[in-house]
Amino acid sequence: MSRKIVAALSALLVAGSASFAFAQERVVNVYNWSDYIDASILEDFTKETGIKVVYDVFDSNEILETKLLAGSSGYDVVVPTADFLQRQIQAGAFQKLDKSKLPNISNMWDMVMERTAQYDPGNEYGLDYMWGTTGIGYNVAKTKAILGNDEAPTWDVIFKPEIAAKFKDCGIYLLDSPTDIVPTALLYLGLDPNSHNSDDLKKAEELLLSVRPNIRKFHSSEYINALANGDICLAVGWSGDILQSRDRAAEAKAGVEVNYVVPPQGAKMWFDMMAIPGDAPHVEEAHAFLNYLMKPEVIAKASDYVFYANGNKASQAFISKDVLDDPAVYPKPETIEKLFSFLPYDPKTQRVVTRLWTKVVTGQ
Amino acid sequence: MSKFGSAIFNRLVIIIPYAWLLVFFLIPFFIVFRISLSETAVAMPPYLPVFNWDDGLSGIFDGIRQFSIANYLWLTEDSLYINAYGSSLWIAGVSTLLTLMIAYPIAYAMAQAPGSIRPTLLMLVILPFWTSFLIRVYAWIAILKPEGLFNQLLLTLGLIDQPLIILNTNWAIYIGIVYSYLPFMVLPIYSALEKMDHSLTEAAQDLGCTPISAFWQVTFRLSMPGVIAGCMLVFIPAVGEFVIPDLLGGSETLMIGKTLWNEFNANRDWPVSSAVATILLLILVVPIMFFQQAQAKADSEGR
Repeated sequence: MSRKIVAALSALLVAGSASFAFAQERVVNVYNWSDYIDASILEDFTKETGIKVVYDVFDSNEILETKLLAGSSGYDVVVPTADFLQRQIQAGAFQKLDKSKLPNISNMWDMVMERTAQYDPGNEYGLDYMWGTTGIGYNVAKTKAILGNDEAPTWDVIFKPEIAAKFKDCGIYLLDSPTDIVPTALLYLGLDPNSHNSDDLKKAEELLLSVRPNIRKFHSSEYINALANGDICLAVGWSGDILQSRDRAAEAKAGVEVNYVVPPQGAKMWFDMMAIPGDAPHVEEAHAFLNYLMKPEVIAKASDYVFYANGNKASQAFISKDVLDDPAVYPKPETIEKLFSFLPYDPKTQRVVTRLWTKVVTGQ
Repeated sequence: MSKFGSAIFNRLVIIIPYAWLLVFFLIPFFIVFRISLSETAVAMPPYLPVFNWDDGLSGIFDGIRQFSIANYLWLTEDSLYINAYGSSLWIAGVSTLLTLMIAYPIAYAMAQAPGSIRPTLLMLVILPFWTSFLIRVYAWIAILKPEGLFNQLLLTLGLIDQPLIILNTNWAIYIGIVYSYLPFMVLPIYSALEKMDHSLTEAAQDLGCTPISAFWQVTFRLSMPGVIAGCMLVFIPAVGEFVIPDLLGGSETLMIGKTLWNEFNANRDWPVSSAVATILLLILVVPIMFFQQAQAKADSEGR
């Protein structure tokens, strides 16, 4: 026993001194979403620039935000979603990008840059890494049987109680994320998805409460497996997650077919933004990393791997055809027009929305 | 060692636990308490007031003047918080009782077992800790889900013909808590029972007690310190439990851990979440203090 402890301690010591030796090397500390990059990109970056990448992952914006706002996170590049980015910019968490060190910015997609400028005027602090939508994942065979036709589901399957009731026994999951579901409910009601008006929010609450009895679970990740295993019929979720579920179902060859649709009424479009914290220890290396990720062939490789659309127009020449032509990843231009961007709530409205959400989820 | 040296040594030994409490409990608590008296801001860190240390004492006094108890008043305005505290206490209470009912016979059997196999039994109780807590809770999802092991077993035995819905209900939370905290209940009860002098029960029986009344009047009473310690070790962490209700519970389960999470992460309101945490601490600490005082009084009277 004690020998093992000594062995473990000495291993720790060796590891400690090794990292001390590396301290002389150039490094960049990256904090990104889990399962969000092809690891070979990081190796290629190190080969090309000699900068070592220390790559760490998170699975919720809240975790990232807590670390950023507490200060001295030690990270050089972080990837918050745009509405979080906006608030974090206001809090003073980021530094302005030095665009003279980012020549590859010319490859970016103006459609995306215009939309991200709503959060960050002039795109001074952040650049889009990937973007996606919040739509409906569905079990193709079961949905067809219940709806009685071949058409992809629309928001009616969630928000029209008499239709949703037909899916109840088969199972519906909703994201446990008020900032996704509440704006979508407002959109369905024909109201402004970004409304802060308390009457509008009240209407959204009533709609969601009427829908609640048909929902099996509110959760932000379990639907990936539940859809792939055929345990449920419908899930409102993030595009890339549902596409992962589609792949898992296909790999399992158990006869479950999953698909993703952006309903014709429209959907929320979200952007994950690369930014450099104000107290980043390796600013120079962070810029080199961002610039590398804006190389068309590099970010194309990432999109091929994660099934998310990126904000880089030039990369589309390098993305494999079945990803680029998949409307679930790159929606058609007429669908893109229907996508809305969600702007963050002020603290007071946020509190109202969180309270509304607790009522919807717990019934209290 | 000289007498003087050993006196210093004794002092040091006493200082260590107090220093530990000061550094890892009292100071963090005061930081949380101070945040609970402030208000949110879009800043780093996300609350006001931030002391202006450059201004010296006047900067600190300015900061203190901005403190307010508004966050505590807020907690009384929405029934959500009271309900969350209530349901957390209820769930923790039921779980503690269930754990006690299962742990006592185990501890009793262990204490009655021949001395040669006791170390093995003790090891078996601790064994689950060698696997990550999170993995063990995840395993319960696979056991309890409608098509999971437990339902398969019952279906095969013909006891039910429809799978029971256990996962995502409060029952799953009770099962998760009882399972996870069982060793914390078994060990103190076992150590109380193990030290007990068996001739006492024999004497009680010789004096006319039935075995059952001898158990209640002698064995159980003498094991009370272990029972109380075990109940506290289970109840206190169960009140603030977050992982088990999140993974095994349903959407409608309201517990204070989730409420805290919402305040801290969704509302980004560190001051209100600090107020929630402070009240939680008071709910737990004040009854324990009263209890210990009563205990100390009873002890001194008994002697």
